[in-house]
Amino acid sequence: MEFFVTLIQVLDSTIRLATPLLLACLAGLYSERAGIFDIGLEGKMLISAFFSAAVAAVTGSVWLGLLAGIGASLVLSALHGVASITFRGNQLISGVAINFLASGLTVLIAQSWFQQGGRTPSLFGGGRFEPIEFPFAEAISGVPIIGPIYSELLSGHSILVYIAFLMVPLTWWILYRTRFGLRLRAVGENPAAVDTAGVSVVGLRFAAVAICGVLCGIAGAYLATALQAGFVKEMTAGRGFIALAALIFAKWRPWHAMWACLLFGLLQAVALRFQNIDLGGVVIPVQVMDALPYILTVVILAGFVGKAIPPRAGGEPYVKER
Amino acid sequence: MDKMPKWADVVLIPLISLILAAILSALVILAIGENPVEAVNLMVTGALGSTYGWGYTLYYATNFMFTGLAVAVAFHARLFNIGGEGQAMLGGLGVAMVCLYIDWPHWSIALLAAGLGAALFGAAWAAIPAYLQAKRGSHIVITTIMFNFIAAAFLNYMLVNVMRPQGSQDPATARFPETVHLPTFQSMFSTAENVMFRGAPANISFFVALLACVVVWALIWRTRLGYEIRAYGHSETGAVYAGISPVRITIIAMLISGALAGLMAINNVMGEAERLVLNSTEGAGFIGIAVALMGRSHPFGVFLAAILFGFLYQGGAELALWTSIPRELIVVIQALVILFTGALDNMVRMPLEKLFLGMRKGAE
Repeated sequence: MEFFVTLIQVLDSTIRLATPLLLACLAGLYSERAGIFDIGLEGKMLISAFFSAAVAAVTGSVWLGLLAGIGASLVLSALHGVASITFRGNQLISGVAINFLASGLTVLIAQSWFQQGGRTPSLFGGGRFEPIEFPFAEAISGVPIIGPIYSELLSGHSILVYIAFLMVPLTWWILYRTRFGLRLRAVGENPAAVDTAGVSVVGLRFAAVAICGVLCGIAGAYLATALQAGFVKEMTAGRGFIALAALIFAKWRPWHAMWACLLFGLLQAVALRFQNIDLGGVVIPVQVMDALPYILTVVILAGFVGKAIPPRAGGEPYVKER
Repeated sequence: MDKMPKWADVVLIPLISLILAAILSALVILAIGENPVEAVNLMVTGALGSTYGWGYTLYYATNFMFTGLAVAVAFHARLFNIGGEGQAMLGGLGVAMVCLYIDWPHWSIALLAAGLGAALFGAAWAAIPAYLQAKRGSHIVITTIMFNFIAAAFLNYMLVNVMRPQGSQDPATARFPETVHLPTFQSMFSTAENVMFRGAPANISFFVALLACVVVWALIWRTRLGYEIRAYGHSETGAVYAGISPVRITIIAMLISGALAGLMAINNVMGEAERLVLNSTEGAGFIGIAVALMGRSHPFGVFLAAILFGFLYQGGAELALWTSIPRELIVVIQALVILFTGALDNMVRMPLEKLFLGMRKGAE
């Protein structure tokens, strides 16, 4: 029974930790499916985390904070779009620049705004996303097995968690069942064909980059206003890159992205709870759990366990005429 | 026909990009309520106004020369090595092992051995992404990013569980023995009555970095291998047609790149800290990207850009000391430099090309 309680707790924490990964991963999915590589997920999450926490702290409204976070993330998205679509610059270099820009600006602005060493004041009350209790969660929590699963695991998360997981079927539907999705995938595989069909490559790619910005914005806001109560320096802690890893792990597909993010979230949750794990004499150090998402991604990339093939036109700026 | 003269490509475009980055940085300083002119003054006196300041500026510049050259060599083969940070971390591990586990009679032999160890470890860390890119087509940018994180976890493990001296709480190795301490600028240039570079960390590795610049220049422009690397970078199909093996060039270029990034450790680990600590690289691997972009992947350009970034680093530290501007200002400037010289290159280039074409037509 004790094992079951621990399991529920770890899985509960898995869902919390997988949420920002999932949002960022889906963000990257839209962008990369449209042929725009984005290694700036980390930076967009970070700047959104700061602005959402800052605005939530000042106004006391977490919803205004969310909007501000999405706005800030969109500004960086626009920059990435201008650099890589309009001026046909190197998308990877632009992503690197965006990560550093966010990393520096957040501390700089936080220091001049709040003078608390690069953090925002702690959020409380309306400044945070509160957990949502499902109906009857309290009543059936005593039922064995089902009770804890319903009231502990599924109920009691903030609204952003549910939004993140609802985004998975929605993304699948948009990508594979709508005209926009078809065009989005086409523009990442063969932009010339899309252009010939009379559809704007530039427009589609900007749309994809904008969706990416919105989702990264939500991911950042979740970190600062739901998972934690306020912004601290470098609080994304590489999550943007784990999301990128999950995206490759999932081979750029929405449902697989969810499972990949849950797996990486589980690794984080286990590392958080157990530190060094003793498996009958063999001790797995906590650093192995930290590195595992990256190692798994390299293995997948190496093509030893199924091959990860990115969208064909990914990373290539589109030139109409040569 | 070239669209514009060579000097415009080599000097004018980086200069304009740099000015744009500087203007935006000044605006950022204004926006947080500080005076940009005062800030620049403070930075210049702090970083260049004394031999002490220079000692720090050149110390940072040494790091950036190594990582900048690393990125530049890979750029010539059109490979983007973001893994300099991880390779430099592993280089640090190589240096620490050479310095701790072997008794050296003199620092000069130790420096040679440590340099070799650093280069080997750095190259080894670049080897796997290189192999995966060459043989399995896995994107080198993604794999090197992943390897940065794996390196950080690995180093953490080594320092916490393996190399930490008994009874120490600090995740760091023991101090290196006295005999492997490198001569600092203070001991090299001070006279009895006039102490120069007092307490500054610049050391003999600076000259190793200069040597590395020359060697890389000779390698890229004066050897057959360098020619093959450049040919491969310009056109893969052309290179294959000329009998150059993409697999061989990819792996060799990345090994050299990783070795150069690893070599940085003789400066920061052996020269300055004299033990291996967590996060000893302090992001220098990433600054190498900005340095290589600004230096147009030419060793002399890398040298100049490294000095500039050394100045920014030391100046930024002084700013953080005397004003309320945090050190992260440098990260913003670094981001703007990468943005303008790298990603937004065409924004500066396109209008200039139009201008030069127009001038040429007018002259005809």
